[in-house]
Amino acid sequence: MTQHTTEPPTSALDLAEEFLDRTTPLSRIRNTLHRYPAISPAIVLVVAVIVFGLLNERFLNPANLSLITQQVAVVGTLAVAQTLIILTAGIDLSVGAVMVLSSMVIAQSTVQAGLPAVLGLAAGLAVGLAAGALNGALVTRLKLPPFIVTLGTLSIFLALTLLYSGGATVRGREMPELLTWTGATFPVFGVNLTVGVVMMLLLYVAVAFILQKTAWGRHVYAVGDDRESARLAGISVNRVLMSVYLAAGAIIALGAWIQIGRSNAASPNAGADLNLDSITAVVIGGTSLFGGRGMVWGTLLGALIVGVFRNGLALAGLDVLWQTFAVGVLIIIAVSVDQWIRKVRA
Amino acid sequence: MTTRTTPSTGVEPEEGAADGRVPILRARRLVKTFGRVVGLDGVSLELYPGEVLAVIGDNGAGKSTLIKCLTGAEIPDEGQIWLEGEPVHFKRPQDARAAGIETVYQGLAVSPALDVAANLFLGREIRRKGVLGSVFRMVDQKGMRQRARDELSSLGISTLQDVTVPVENLSGGQRQAVAVARAAAFGSKVVVLDEPTAALGVRESNQVLELIMSLRDRGIPVILISHNMPHVFEVADRIHVQRLGKRAATITPQSHSMTDAVAIMTGASRG
Repeated sequence: MTQHTTEPPTSALDLAEEFLDRTTPLSRIRNTLHRYPAISPAIVLVVAVIVFGLLNERFLNPANLSLITQQVAVVGTLAVAQTLIILTAGIDLSVGAVMVLSSMVIAQSTVQAGLPAVLGLAAGLAVGLAAGALNGALVTRLKLPPFIVTLGTLSIFLALTLLYSGGATVRGREMPELLTWTGATFPVFGVNLTVGVVMMLLLYVAVAFILQKTAWGRHVYAVGDDRESARLAGISVNRVLMSVYLAAGAIIALGAWIQIGRSNAASPNAGADLNLDSITAVVIGGTSLFGGRGMVWGTLLGALIVGVFRNGLALAGLDVLWQTFAVGVLIIIAVSVDQWIRKVRA
Repeated sequence: MTTRTTPSTGVEPEEGAADGRVPILRARRLVKTFGRVVGLDGVSLELYPGEVLAVIGDNGAGKSTLIKCLTGAEIPDEGQIWLEGEPVHFKRPQDARAAGIETVYQGLAVSPALDVAANLFLGREIRRKGVLGSVFRMVDQKGMRQRARDELSSLGISTLQDVTVPVENLSGGQRQAVAVARAAAFGSKVVVLDEPTAALGVRESNQVLELIMSLRDRGIPVILISHNMPHVFEVADRIHVQRLGKRAATITPQSHSMTDAVAIMTGASRG
């Protein structure tokens, strides 16, 4: 057993303080990042904006900033759903496919079936909830890994979308005005914002509030952090997981509405990149893929970082493939930083 | 062995101990089989108010099964359990918890990323008063932190001054203190600790043993399952020795030595 002579002179009672005091500057930085995971993406975003602003004066134009926010609105919305699921140590590869299916149902139920716009949106919401219920049931009842479940449902939803829509795009001008309202713009301090961007921001405010201030939010973190401990603390793990997948489904349906406004159309081929882009935003935003750690604000920063990099590199005249290259580098750096931060546990 | 012990077999006493104390938790002739394996073969156990009852026994003696039956994790095939004189039938661990039996499971069952206060209140968060709580479902962060501080200081846990520290930044002993405090807080009637010192070093174990004694001083009866004889003999008032699915004896640290206890455990002595 332990030899008393080899132990440090301080009392075990003060181990926490000892731990914090003995740290080097580097590990102090790590502790801070560990407690506030949104700090590193915030720094990256600020630096990126400054650098791209210096490289090209058009970057900071109000029109260009407006364009970046619009480009971020859809993936930023889906990334909220993705954040919730990743916080529970899951992953959802089907968010984009669900969004496209939902947007096609919204468009076709109003344009072809002649439903009022509000009922069309309700049908889209129902699609999102049903998809969430399916994913959630497979994860909680059959105990399948979320990766496998959503890999399967990704294909299922893509196929359903094409079968349902016949591959045809529904154009915005055929739709009731309410459906494309999310693309309407209004100026705020010289920057044109769309209704969809505002909806996305409100969604972030709401979800951040729920995650930080409600018992449900704490349970989401607890389930992702250590499922068994959460269960032993009396939390109904399956109910939390199910509610997370349902909430994600509802958020994805909102994303479908925003997507219709953004592209002024509902296209069955719209969301191919969105599955992975939403995961990218979450990961770059400092949320751990291992669950239980991260903040939804980090995800917004992550989505903005991707948007800023793509836009800034395009303005700098680089090939679009270099944008994709840069995003890949960002992901690997973000996950490396996360691994380093998580070593605090040891 | 000259000292008298509770008989291991034969007729169990129907009512309390010889001095007329009434057990707070009592189990009589519990039987639990798993297929053809007999886990419990008619075990009885009494826990009296304000005592630390240790449960010891070799691997496979039925310690875990006994504790699982008492805490709702297993349902006994036969036998009866009383809590404060009332018969209870636990179907799930939540039932036992609702009745006031709190269990700290083996390992460190806390959520590492949540802070101390959030862990203490995990699964039973307090909401804000008024509309903020009822409509917006806001938790009362300040109130919970204050109550967490109060509970910790009343348990004599001085090592956890800052309840806003994430649990993963704490030492093993401090984490165990959080788990024990969670079990002991909020008016629980019985605290069951399953191998609370198994994962800990010497000093940290001592912290936990002190904590167990301070629970007893507060009048909370404790069932302590442990392999560690020195720890058992340091804190237990009575020791239930489990052997081959039965209660071999109930002894006290005063009446028996550690060697005696091991002899009963292994069947070398009948107590």
